[in-house]
Amino acid sequence: MNLGETFTWLATHWAGPGGIGARLAQHLLLTLAVVAVAAIVALPLGVLIGHTHKGAAVVGASVGAARAIPTLGLLTLFGLALGIGLRAPVLALVILALPSLLAGAYAGVETVPPAVVEAARAVGLSETQIVWRVELPLGAPVIIGGLRAATLQVVSTATLAAYIADTGLGRFLFIGLKSRDYAQMVGGAILVIALALILEVTLAATQRLVSVHVTHPRQ
Amino acid sequence: MKWLGLNWPQVVALLGDHIRLVVPAIALSILIAVPVGRLAGRHRSLGRPLLGVATLLYAVPALPLLVILPVVLGLPLRSAVTITAALTIYGVALLVRTAADAFGAVDAGVHEAAVALGYSGWGLFWRVDLPLAVPVLLSGIRVVVVSTVGLATIGALTGQSSLGTLLTDGFQRGIAGEVVTGVVVTVVLALVLDGLTLLVGRAITPWRRVAA
Repeated sequence: MNLGETFTWLATHWAGPGGIGARLAQHLLLTLAVVAVAAIVALPLGVLIGHTHKGAAVVGASVGAARAIPTLGLLTLFGLALGIGLRAPVLALVILALPSLLAGAYAGVETVPPAVVEAARAVGLSETQIVWRVELPLGAPVIIGGLRAATLQVVSTATLAAYIADTGLGRFLFIGLKSRDYAQMVGGAILVIALALILEVTLAATQRLVSVHVTHPRQ
Repeated sequence: MKWLGLNWPQVVALLGDHIRLVVPAIALSILIAVPVGRLAGRHRSLGRPLLGVATLLYAVPALPLLVILPVVLGLPLRSAVTITAALTIYGVALLVRTAADAFGAVDAGVHEAAVALGYSGWGLFWRVDLPLAVPVLLSGIRVVVVSTVGLATIGALTGQSSLGTLLTDGFQRGIAGEVVTGVVVTVVLALVLDGLTLLVGRAITPWRRVAA
Protein backbone atom coordinates (compact mmCIF):
# COMPACT_ATOMS: atom_id res chain seq x y z
CA MET A 1 0.00 0.00 0.00
CA ASN A 2 1.28 3.39 -1.00
CA LEU A 3 0.63 6.22 1.45
CA GLY A 4 1.46 8.78 -1.25
CA GLU A 5 -1.58 7.62 -3.25
CA THR A 6 -3.72 7.94 -0.14
CA PHE A 7 -2.68 11.55 0.36
CA THR A 8 -3.28 12.31 -3.31
CA TRP A 9 -6.76 10.80 -2.95
CA LEU A 10 -7.39 12.82 0.22
CA ALA A 11 -6.30 16.03 -1.51
CA THR A 12 -8.29 15.60 -4.72
CA HIS A 13 -11.69 14.11 -3.83
CA TRP A 14 -13.45 16.89 -1.93
CA ALA A 15 -15.97 18.14 -4.51
CA GLY A 16 -19.12 16.61 -5.98
CA PRO A 17 -22.14 14.69 -4.62
CA GLY A 18 -20.02 11.69 -3.61
CA GLY A 19 -16.99 13.74 -2.56
CA ILE A 20 -15.39 14.04 0.85
CA GLY A 21 -17.21 17.32 1.62
CA ALA A 22 -20.65 15.85 0.97
CA ARG A 23 -19.90 12.58 2.81
CA LEU A 24 -18.48 14.47 5.78
CA ALA A 25 -21.62 16.64 5.97
CA GLN A 26 -23.83 13.51 5.80
CA HIS A 27 -21.80 11.82 8.51
CA LEU A 28 -21.98 14.82 10.84
CA LEU A 29 -25.69 15.47 10.18
CA LEU A 30 -26.57 11.81 10.78
CA THR A 31 -24.57 11.81 14.03
CA LEU A 32 -26.11 15.08 15.20
CA ALA A 33 -29.68 14.02 14.35
CA VAL A 34 -29.30 10.61 16.02
CA VAL A 35 -27.77 12.01 19.22
CA ALA A 36 -30.46 14.73 19.37
CA VAL A 37 -33.33 12.25 19.00
CA ALA A 38 -31.77 9.82 21.48
CA ALA A 39 -31.13 12.66 23.97
CA ILE A 40 -34.76 13.84 23.78
CA VAL A 41 -35.86 10.33 24.78
CA ALA A 42 -33.10 9.31 27.21
CA LEU A 43 -32.19 12.46 29.15
CA PRO A 44 -35.62 13.18 30.71
CA LEU A 45 -36.04 9.47 31.49
CA GLY A 46 -32.59 9.22 33.09
CA VAL A 47 -33.16 12.39 35.14
CA LEU A 48 -36.54 11.06 36.29
CA ILE A 49 -35.02 7.73 37.38
CA GLY A 50 -32.16 9.54 39.13
CA HIS A 51 -34.50 11.95 40.92
CA THR A 52 -37.06 9.38 42.07
CA HIS A 53 -34.52 6.54 42.62
CA LYS A 54 -37.06 4.25 40.94
CA GLY A 55 -36.17 2.01 38.01
CA ALA A 56 -32.38 2.05 38.38
CA ALA A 57 -32.37 -1.61 37.28
CA VAL A 58 -33.63 -0.49 33.84
CA VAL A 59 -30.49 1.62 33.40
CA GLY A 60 -28.16 -1.21 34.37
CA ALA A 61 -29.95 -3.73 32.15
CA SER A 62 -29.93 -1.43 29.11
CA VAL A 63 -26.21 -0.70 29.49
CA GLY A 64 -25.41 -4.40 29.83
CA ALA A 65 -27.57 -5.40 26.85
CA ALA A 66 -26.09 -2.64 24.68
CA ARG A 67 -22.60 -3.94 25.38
CA ALA A 68 -23.45 -7.52 24.45
CA ILE A 69 -25.49 -6.92 21.26
CA PRO A 70 -23.21 -6.59 18.20
CA THR A 71 -23.80 -3.21 16.52
CA LEU A 72 -23.39 -4.76 13.07
CA GLY A 73 -26.16 -7.23 13.95
CA LEU A 74 -28.55 -4.46 14.92
CA LEU A 75 -27.75 -2.52 11.72
CA THR A 76 -28.18 -5.49 9.38
CA LEU A 77 -31.41 -6.60 11.09
CA PHE A 78 -32.94 -3.14 10.74
CA GLY A 79 -31.59 -2.94 7.19
CA LEU A 80 -33.40 -6.16 6.27
CA ALA A 81 -36.59 -5.13 8.04
CA LEU A 82 -36.83 -1.53 6.79
CA GLY A 83 -35.07 -1.73 3.42
CA ILE A 84 -32.55 0.66 1.93
CA GLY A 85 -32.65 4.30 2.93
CA LEU A 86 -31.88 6.22 6.08
CA ARG A 87 -34.66 4.89 8.32
CA ALA A 88 -32.83 1.67 9.27
CA PRO A 89 -29.46 3.20 10.26
CA VAL A 90 -31.11 6.12 12.10
CA LEU A 91 -33.28 3.78 14.16
CA ALA A 92 -30.42 1.37 14.91
CA LEU A 93 -28.07 4.21 15.88
CA VAL A 94 -30.69 5.84 18.14
CA ILE A 95 -31.12 2.54 19.99
CA LEU A 96 -27.32 2.26 20.37
CA ALA A 97 -27.04 5.81 21.71
CA LEU A 98 -29.80 5.46 24.33
CA PRO A 99 -27.95 3.48 27.07
CA SER A 100 -24.95 5.87 27.40
CA LEU A 101 -27.25 8.90 27.57
CA LEU A 102 -29.60 7.19 30.01
CA ALA A 103 -26.73 6.07 32.24
CA GLY A 104 -25.12 9.54 32.15
CA ALA A 105 -28.33 11.37 33.05
CA TYR A 106 -29.16 8.85 35.76
CA ALA A 107 -25.67 8.83 37.31
CA GLY A 108 -25.38 12.64 37.10
CA VAL A 109 -28.57 13.22 39.10
CA GLU A 110 -28.06 10.20 41.36
CA THR A 111 -24.61 11.34 42.53
CA VAL A 112 -25.86 14.68 43.87
CA PRO A 113 -25.51 14.24 47.67
CA PRO A 114 -28.90 13.55 49.34
CA ALA A 115 -28.11 16.21 51.96
CA VAL A 116 -27.92 18.87 49.24
CA VAL A 117 -31.29 17.80 47.81
CA GLU A 118 -32.86 17.74 51.30
CA ALA A 119 -31.45 21.19 52.05
CA ALA A 120 -33.01 22.49 48.82
CA ARG A 121 -36.33 20.93 49.82
CA ALA A 122 -36.05 22.46 53.31
CA VAL A 123 -35.59 26.00 51.97
CA GLY A 124 -38.80 25.56 50.02
CA LEU A 125 -37.82 24.54 46.48
CA SER A 126 -40.44 22.49 44.62
CA GLU A 127 -39.47 19.12 43.09
CA THR A 128 -39.30 20.73 39.62
CA GLN A 129 -37.07 23.49 40.96
CA ILE A 130 -34.82 20.93 42.67
CA VAL A 131 -34.35 19.12 39.35
CA TRP A 132 -33.67 22.29 37.33
CA ARG A 133 -31.71 24.38 39.83
CA VAL A 134 -29.89 21.77 41.94
CA GLU A 135 -29.63 18.33 40.36
CA LEU A 136 -29.13 19.29 36.70
CA PRO A 137 -26.39 21.91 37.29
CA LEU A 138 -24.50 19.69 39.77
CA GLY A 139 -24.91 16.60 37.61
CA ALA A 140 -23.98 18.41 34.38
CA PRO A 141 -20.40 17.08 34.07
CA VAL A 142 -21.57 13.46 34.31
CA ILE A 143 -24.56 14.10 32.01
CA ILE A 144 -22.19 15.63 29.44
CA GLY A 145 -19.94 12.59 29.90
CA GLY A 146 -22.87 10.42 28.78
CA LEU A 147 -23.43 12.73 25.81
CA ARG A 148 -19.74 12.40 24.93
CA ALA A 149 -19.82 8.60 25.09
CA ALA A 150 -23.01 8.46 22.99
CA THR A 151 -21.68 10.89 20.36
CA LEU A 152 -18.46 8.92 19.96
CA GLN A 153 -20.31 5.65 19.64
CA VAL A 154 -22.67 7.11 17.04
CA VAL A 155 -19.94 8.79 14.96
CA SER A 156 -18.03 5.51 15.01
CA THR A 157 -21.00 3.28 14.20
CA ALA A 158 -22.26 5.70 11.52
CA THR A 159 -19.30 4.35 9.52
CA LEU A 160 -20.91 0.90 9.60
CA ALA A 161 -24.25 2.46 8.60
CA ALA A 162 -22.72 2.90 5.13
CA TYR A 163 -22.92 -0.89 4.82
CA ILE A 164 -26.72 -0.74 4.70
CA ALA A 165 -27.32 2.79 3.35
CA ASP A 166 -25.67 5.19 0.92
CA THR A 167 -24.49 7.67 3.52
CA GLY A 168 -21.49 9.04 5.35
CA LEU A 169 -17.72 8.62 5.27
CA GLY A 170 -18.06 4.85 5.62
CA ARG A 171 -18.96 4.71 1.90
CA PHE A 172 -15.30 5.32 1.03
CA LEU A 173 -14.29 2.33 3.13
CA PHE A 174 -16.84 -0.02 1.62
CA ILE A 175 -16.29 1.16 -1.98
CA GLY A 176 -12.53 0.87 -1.42
CA LEU A 177 -12.84 -2.61 0.12
CA LYS A 178 -15.03 -3.86 -2.73
CA SER A 179 -12.94 -2.45 -5.57
CA ARG A 180 -9.58 -2.97 -3.84
CA ASP A 181 -8.97 0.76 -4.09
CA TYR A 182 -6.58 1.02 -1.16
CA ALA A 183 -6.03 4.78 -1.49
CA GLN A 184 -9.77 5.43 -1.10
CA MET A 185 -10.14 2.86 1.67
CA VAL A 186 -7.24 4.12 3.79
CA GLY A 187 -8.13 7.75 3.02
CA GLY A 188 -11.70 7.15 4.23
CA ALA A 189 -10.39 5.45 7.36
CA ILE A 190 -8.10 8.41 8.13
CA LEU A 191 -11.03 10.82 7.72
CA VAL A 192 -13.28 8.89 10.11
CA ILE A 193 -10.55 8.53 12.72
CA ALA A 194 -9.71 12.25 12.49
CA LEU A 195 -13.38 13.19 12.87
CA ALA A 196 -13.83 10.90 15.90
CA LEU A 197 -10.69 12.19 17.61
CA ILE A 198 -11.62 15.86 17.02
CA LEU A 199 -15.08 15.22 18.50
CA GLU A 200 -13.57 13.33 21.46
CA VAL A 201 -11.09 16.09 22.28
CA THR A 202 -13.73 18.84 21.91
CA LEU A 203 -16.29 17.04 24.07
CA ALA A 204 -13.69 16.13 26.71
CA ALA A 205 -12.67 19.80 26.92
CA THR A 206 -16.33 20.85 27.25
CA GLN A 207 -16.84 18.31 30.03
CA ARG A 208 -13.75 19.60 31.88
CA LEU A 209 -14.90 23.22 31.50
CA VAL A 210 -18.35 22.38 32.89
CA SER A 211 -16.94 20.48 35.86
CA VAL A 212 -14.61 23.36 36.74
CA HIS A 213 -17.65 25.64 36.54
CA VAL A 214 -19.57 23.35 38.92
CA THR A 215 -16.78 22.94 41.50
CA HIS A 216 -15.54 26.58 41.39
CA PRO A 217 -18.58 28.60 40.26
CA ARG A 218 -17.02 32.02 40.88
CA GLN A 219 -13.99 31.59 38.64
CA MET B 1 -34.93 -21.65 13.83
CA LYS B 2 -35.47 -23.39 10.51
CA TRP B 3 -32.37 -21.72 9.09
CA LEU B 4 -30.34 -22.79 12.12
CA GLY B 5 -31.62 -26.38 11.81
CA LEU B 6 -30.32 -26.61 8.25
CA ASN B 7 -27.06 -24.75 8.76
CA TRP B 8 -25.85 -25.57 12.25
CA PRO B 9 -22.50 -27.09 11.14
CA GLN B 10 -21.59 -23.74 9.54
CA VAL B 11 -22.64 -21.89 12.71
CA VAL B 12 -20.46 -24.16 14.85
CA ALA B 13 -17.46 -23.61 12.52
CA LEU B 14 -17.94 -19.82 12.66
CA LEU B 15 -18.33 -19.98 16.44
CA GLY B 16 -14.93 -21.71 16.53
CA ASP B 17 -13.41 -18.98 14.34
CA HIS B 18 -14.94 -16.34 16.60
CA ILE B 19 -13.52 -17.92 19.76
CA ARG B 20 -10.07 -18.15 18.12
CA LEU B 21 -10.19 -14.38 17.49
CA VAL B 22 -11.49 -13.20 20.86
CA VAL B 23 -9.82 -15.46 23.43
CA PRO B 24 -6.22 -14.47 22.50
CA ALA B 25 -7.30 -10.81 22.32
CA ILE B 26 -8.86 -10.95 25.80
CA ALA B 27 -5.82 -12.74 27.24
CA LEU B 28 -3.39 -10.24 25.65
CA SER B 29 -5.50 -7.29 26.87
CA ILE B 30 -5.24 -8.55 30.45
CA LEU B 31 -1.50 -9.31 30.15
CA ILE B 32 -0.76 -5.81 28.83
CA ALA B 33 -3.29 -3.71 30.76
CA VAL B 34 -2.57 -5.10 34.24
CA PRO B 35 1.14 -4.10 34.44
CA VAL B 36 0.50 -0.81 32.60
CA GLY B 37 -2.44 -0.10 34.90
CA ARG B 38 -0.32 -0.79 37.99
CA LEU B 39 2.31 1.62 36.71
CA ALA B 40 -0.37 4.25 36.06
CA GLY B 41 -2.08 3.62 39.41
CA ARG B 42 1.07 3.92 41.52
CA HIS B 43 2.78 6.79 39.66
CA ARG B 44 0.31 9.60 39.03
CA SER B 45 2.68 11.64 36.84
CA LEU B 46 3.03 8.67 34.50
CA GLY B 47 -0.59 7.65 34.90
CA ARG B 48 -2.27 10.77 33.55
CA PRO B 49 -0.68 10.71 30.07
CA LEU B 50 -1.04 6.91 29.87
CA LEU B 51 -4.76 7.08 30.65
CA GLY B 52 -5.12 9.97 28.19
CA VAL B 53 -3.66 7.84 25.41
CA ALA B 54 -5.96 4.96 26.40
CA THR B 55 -9.03 7.23 26.17
CA LEU B 56 -7.99 8.46 22.70
CA LEU B 57 -7.31 4.91 21.47
CA TYR B 58 -10.74 3.83 22.63
CA ALA B 59 -12.25 6.70 20.61
CA VAL B 60 -10.82 5.36 17.33
CA PRO B 61 -13.68 3.77 15.34
CA ALA B 62 -13.38 0.01 14.79
CA LEU B 63 -13.71 -0.47 11.04
CA PRO B 64 -11.24 2.33 10.17
CA LEU B 65 -8.80 0.81 12.66
CA LEU B 66 -9.09 -2.57 10.89
CA VAL B 67 -8.20 -0.82 7.64
CA ILE B 68 -5.35 1.31 9.03
CA LEU B 69 -3.74 -1.35 11.22
CA PRO B 70 -2.45 -3.52 8.34
CA VAL B 71 -0.79 -0.42 6.85
CA VAL B 72 0.86 0.43 10.17
CA LEU B 73 1.89 -3.13 11.04
CA GLY B 74 2.65 -4.30 7.49
CA LEU B 75 0.09 -7.12 7.67
CA PRO B 76 -2.28 -8.38 4.97
CA LEU B 77 -5.77 -6.81 5.14
CA ARG B 78 -7.58 -10.10 5.68
CA SER B 79 -5.79 -11.76 8.57
CA ALA B 80 -6.82 -13.01 11.96
CA VAL B 81 -3.78 -11.23 13.44
CA THR B 82 -5.15 -7.83 12.35
CA ILE B 83 -8.51 -8.48 14.05
CA THR B 84 -6.90 -9.82 17.22
CA ALA B 85 -4.50 -6.84 17.32
CA ALA B 86 -7.40 -4.37 16.94
CA LEU B 87 -9.46 -6.15 19.61
CA THR B 88 -6.43 -6.12 21.91
CA ILE B 89 -5.99 -2.36 21.44
CA TYR B 90 -9.62 -1.75 22.49
CA GLY B 91 -9.34 -4.26 25.32
CA VAL B 92 -6.21 -2.59 26.72
CA ALA B 93 -7.71 0.90 26.30
CA LEU B 94 -10.81 -0.21 28.24
CA LEU B 95 -8.99 -2.15 30.95
CA VAL B 96 -6.05 0.16 31.74
CA ARG B 97 -8.27 2.70 33.51
CA THR B 98 -9.94 0.03 35.65
CA ALA B 99 -6.55 -1.55 36.40
CA ALA B 100 -5.13 1.84 37.45
CA ASP B 101 -8.16 2.35 39.74
CA ALA B 102 -7.80 -1.19 41.10
CA PHE B 103 -4.13 -0.78 42.03
CA GLY B 104 -4.64 2.83 43.12
CA ALA B 105 -7.28 1.62 45.60
CA VAL B 106 -4.95 -0.87 47.30
CA ASP B 107 -4.63 0.39 50.87
CA ALA B 108 -1.31 2.28 51.20
CA GLY B 109 -0.96 0.98 54.78
CA VAL B 110 -1.22 -2.63 53.62
CA HIS B 111 1.27 -1.91 50.85
CA GLU B 112 3.76 -0.39 53.31
CA ALA B 113 3.24 -3.18 55.85
CA ALA B 114 4.14 -5.66 53.12
CA VAL B 115 7.29 -3.67 52.32
CA ALA B 116 8.14 -3.70 56.07
CA LEU B 117 7.72 -7.49 56.06
CA GLY B 118 10.36 -7.69 53.36
CA TYR B 119 8.29 -7.90 50.19
CA SER B 120 9.72 -6.08 47.23
CA GLY B 121 9.43 -5.92 43.46
CA TRP B 122 7.88 -9.05 41.99
CA GLY B 123 6.72 -10.52 45.31
CA LEU B 124 5.01 -7.28 46.28
CA PHE B 125 3.13 -7.21 42.98
CA TRP B 126 2.32 -10.90 42.77
CA ARG B 127 1.48 -11.68 46.42
CA VAL B 128 0.15 -8.39 47.81
CA ASP B 129 -1.01 -5.80 45.23
CA LEU B 130 -2.46 -8.16 42.61
CA PRO B 131 -4.66 -10.27 44.93
CA LEU B 132 -6.04 -7.09 46.51
CA ALA B 133 -6.74 -5.58 43.09
CA VAL B 134 -8.43 -8.68 41.64
CA PRO B 135 -12.05 -7.87 42.58
CA VAL B 136 -11.99 -4.48 40.82
CA LEU B 137 -9.87 -5.85 37.95
CA LEU B 138 -12.42 -8.59 37.45
CA SER B 139 -15.27 -6.15 36.89
CA GLY B 140 -13.16 -4.46 34.19
CA ILE B 141 -12.22 -7.78 32.59
CA ARG B 142 -15.89 -8.78 32.39
CA VAL B 143 -16.63 -5.56 30.45
CA VAL B 144 -13.72 -6.32 28.11
CA VAL B 145 -14.91 -9.92 27.57
CA VAL B 146 -18.44 -8.89 26.62
CA SER B 147 -17.49 -5.96 24.38
CA THR B 148 -14.68 -7.91 22.63
CA VAL B 149 -17.07 -10.71 21.66
CA GLY B 150 -19.49 -8.20 20.13
CA LEU B 151 -16.81 -6.13 18.43
CA ALA B 152 -15.17 -9.12 16.73
CA THR B 153 -18.19 -9.38 14.40
CA ILE B 154 -16.92 -6.23 12.59
CA GLY B 155 -14.07 -8.35 11.18
CA ALA B 156 -16.59 -9.88 8.77
CA LEU B 157 -16.64 -6.55 6.90
CA THR B 158 -12.99 -6.95 5.90
CA GLY B 159 -13.54 -10.63 5.10
CA GLN B 160 -12.36 -12.32 8.31
CA SER B 161 -14.71 -15.19 9.13
CA SER B 162 -16.40 -15.08 12.54
CA LEU B 163 -19.97 -15.03 13.82
CA GLY B 164 -20.11 -11.66 12.05
CA THR B 165 -20.09 -13.59 8.75
CA LEU B 166 -23.66 -14.65 9.58
CA LEU B 167 -24.59 -10.95 9.81
CA THR B 168 -23.02 -9.87 6.49
CA ASP B 169 -23.97 -13.03 4.59
CA GLY B 170 -27.52 -12.97 5.96
CA PHE B 171 -27.90 -9.30 5.07
CA GLN B 172 -26.58 -9.71 1.53
CA ARG B 173 -28.74 -12.75 0.80
CA GLY B 174 -31.75 -11.31 2.64
CA ILE B 175 -32.05 -14.16 5.17
CA ALA B 176 -33.30 -12.64 8.43
CA GLY B 177 -33.00 -16.00 10.21
CA GLU B 178 -29.27 -16.06 9.55
CA VAL B 179 -28.77 -12.52 10.92
CA VAL B 180 -30.86 -13.30 14.00
CA THR B 181 -28.83 -16.48 14.54
CA GLY B 182 -25.63 -14.42 14.33
CA VAL B 183 -26.88 -11.89 16.89
CA VAL B 184 -28.22 -14.51 19.30
CA VAL B 185 -25.14 -16.79 19.16
CA THR B 186 -22.85 -13.75 19.65
CA VAL B 187 -24.82 -12.59 22.71
CA VAL B 188 -24.90 -16.13 24.14
CA LEU B 189 -21.13 -16.52 23.63
CA ALA B 190 -20.58 -13.17 25.40
CA LEU B 191 -22.74 -14.27 28.34
CA VAL B 192 -21.05 -17.69 28.58
CA LEU B 193 -17.54 -16.20 28.57
CA ASP B 194 -18.69 -13.57 31.08
CA GLY B 195 -20.00 -16.34 33.34
CA LEU B 196 -16.73 -18.27 33.01
CA THR B 197 -14.77 -15.12 33.96
CA LEU B 198 -16.97 -14.71 37.01
CA LEU B 199 -16.35 -18.36 38.02
CA VAL B 200 -12.57 -18.05 37.56
CA GLY B 201 -12.69 -14.84 39.61
CA ARG B 202 -14.50 -16.63 42.46
CA ALA B 203 -12.02 -19.51 42.32
CA ILE B 204 -8.94 -17.29 42.61
CA THR B 205 -10.31 -15.14 45.46
CA PRO B 206 -11.33 -17.75 48.06
CA TRP B 207 -10.94 -15.24 50.93
CA ARG B 208 -13.87 -13.23 49.61
CA ARG B 209 -16.20 -16.19 49.94
CA VAL B 210 -15.27 -16.51 53.60
CA ALA B 211 -15.94 -12.83 54.16
CA ALA B 212 -19.32 -13.07 52.43
